[in-house]
Amino acid sequence: MNPRLRWLLENALPPLALFALILVAWEIGAAALNLSYLLPRPTQVLATGWESRAEIFSAGCRTAEAALAGFAASFCIGVIVALAFSQSRIVQRSFFPYAIFLQTVPIVAIAPIIVIWFGYGFQSVVIVAAIISVFPVITGGTTGLTLVDANLLELFAICNASRWQVLTKLRLPNSVPYLVNAAKTSCGLAVIGAIVGEVFAGVSTTSYGLGYLIYLANGQTKTDLLFATVFCSTLLGVGLFAAVSLIGNVILLRWHVAPQRATLTGRNK
Amino acid sequence: MDDEQPLVKAQALGATYVGSVAALAGIDVAIPRGQFVSIVGPSGCGKSTLLRLIAGLLAPSAGEVSVASLPPAVARRQAARISFVFQDATLLPWRSVAENIGLPLELQGTANARRTEIVDRGLELVGLGDFRHRYPAELSGGMRMRAALARALATDPELLLLDEPFGALDDISRGVLNEELLRLWCARRWTGVFVTHNIAEAVFLSQRVLVMTPRPGRILADIAVPFALPRAAELRAEPDFARLTGEVAAELRRAAS
Repeated sequence: MNPRLRWLLENALPPLALFALILVAWEIGAAALNLSYLLPRPTQVLATGWESRAEIFSAGCRTAEAALAGFAASFCIGVIVALAFSQSRIVQRSFFPYAIFLQTVPIVAIAPIIVIWFGYGFQSVVIVAAIISVFPVITGGTTGLTLVDANLLELFAICNASRWQVLTKLRLPNSVPYLVNAAKTSCGLAVIGAIVGEVFAGVSTTSYGLGYLIYLANGQTKTDLLFATVFCSTLLGVGLFAAVSLIGNVILLRWHVAPQRATLTGRNK
Repeated sequence: MDDEQPLVKAQALGATYVGSVAALAGIDVAIPRGQFVSIVGPSGCGKSTLLRLIAGLLAPSAGEVSVASLPPAVARRQAARISFVFQDATLLPWRSVAENIGLPLELQGTANARRTEIVDRGLELVGLGDFRHRYPAELSGGMRMRAALARALATDPELLLLDEPFGALDDISRGVLNEELLRLWCARRWTGVFVTHNIAEAVFLSQRVLVMTPRPGRILADIAVPFALPRAAELRAEPDFARLTGEVAAELRRAAS
């Protein structure tokens, strides 16, 4: 058998079969219970989702925009912070505890503050998404820029390399695999951040995202719409993660970093 | 006049790592220009530390060391081209073989055309002509070490420091690379300081072998290697070669006790 097809069968079939099994059980169970506001049947969720497809799609686009903008912002800011950390121990020591603060602060608690400062709307949603997704980029970037083979640093020293040359020709290229991994984690967090942000700050009469749609559906006890929207939110996160992973793996392949290649295809070279 | 002065000179040189015992103590050595010296000694005797002091990568905690009558870190900026070959090939994994060999020239700001020319010659010199576009992960350990050697030679060094470069290789690759290194040295006559565990390697390559004691490392014996140059692989089978390796081995045993 074609090894790729075989790999797909071995790795993709079991979870898909499980998913189908759960759907069938859920359908039967929910029909028996007959409490659609508590647990709508999958077919009902699908039907409602299809009916509201225009609304869900436009909300999904809005959320995707916010997540992408938040992800882009957190990636840029994270890399800049990591660069600062890598260049100065004292900067790293002084600021790192506050970077951890970003990681541990309950976003639900600071979202209202952001609304107070930046108002309702897209900009606040992007800010929430950026705050929630910046930490992995800071730690990944700092690790990649500082965890450099000591011999390579000595090699550059022997060659009388300038600080700038060490940064651009050694530290930055060394950090690429770390930044790719950070981006994979960060993009998923950005989607979560965008949706949480929309629940708090996404109120708008003209256009709103999935988070606000979830908030609305919840308020109107449209449980089937709620389920459909949650499902689409998940799809959005998975889609963005898959896109970033794909781009990241292409970069890693070009970077000739072997270990990640093994996890990409599930087989060793 | 400058030729009268040894290129490398150490006087009462000592090194102590912070919060630890002395790694080196009272090292006095002078290495004339163009000489190939090997340093052998038990593990942890500070051989690598001595090499790093000569390279200006570490600062001495006692005594002094100079290259071309200057502190090494100054010398390598102003007066002498120094190259270093590490225990591992220490190549950049994201660069091809040719790009790795050209790195020191790139860092110096050598013009592109000139760099390509030198890299081409270096690739031929170490027999990696067909592998220029390959990446380190695609090469064998021996080939990676050849690339590291070509990189070290790209800047046409006056002083080449080698820190157990062939330690991780099998005996056959090690022997072949010893012969190639000696051939390259005969052609270019840089000053060489070669650190190794391997007595046969030290005797085969060098004009002089220094034997060091364990921590704190001191120079116990300074043995001249009289064999004529160029040397062929067959030298290793000569009785005189065996006699000299035996002598170095005896000194090493004395050093360890």
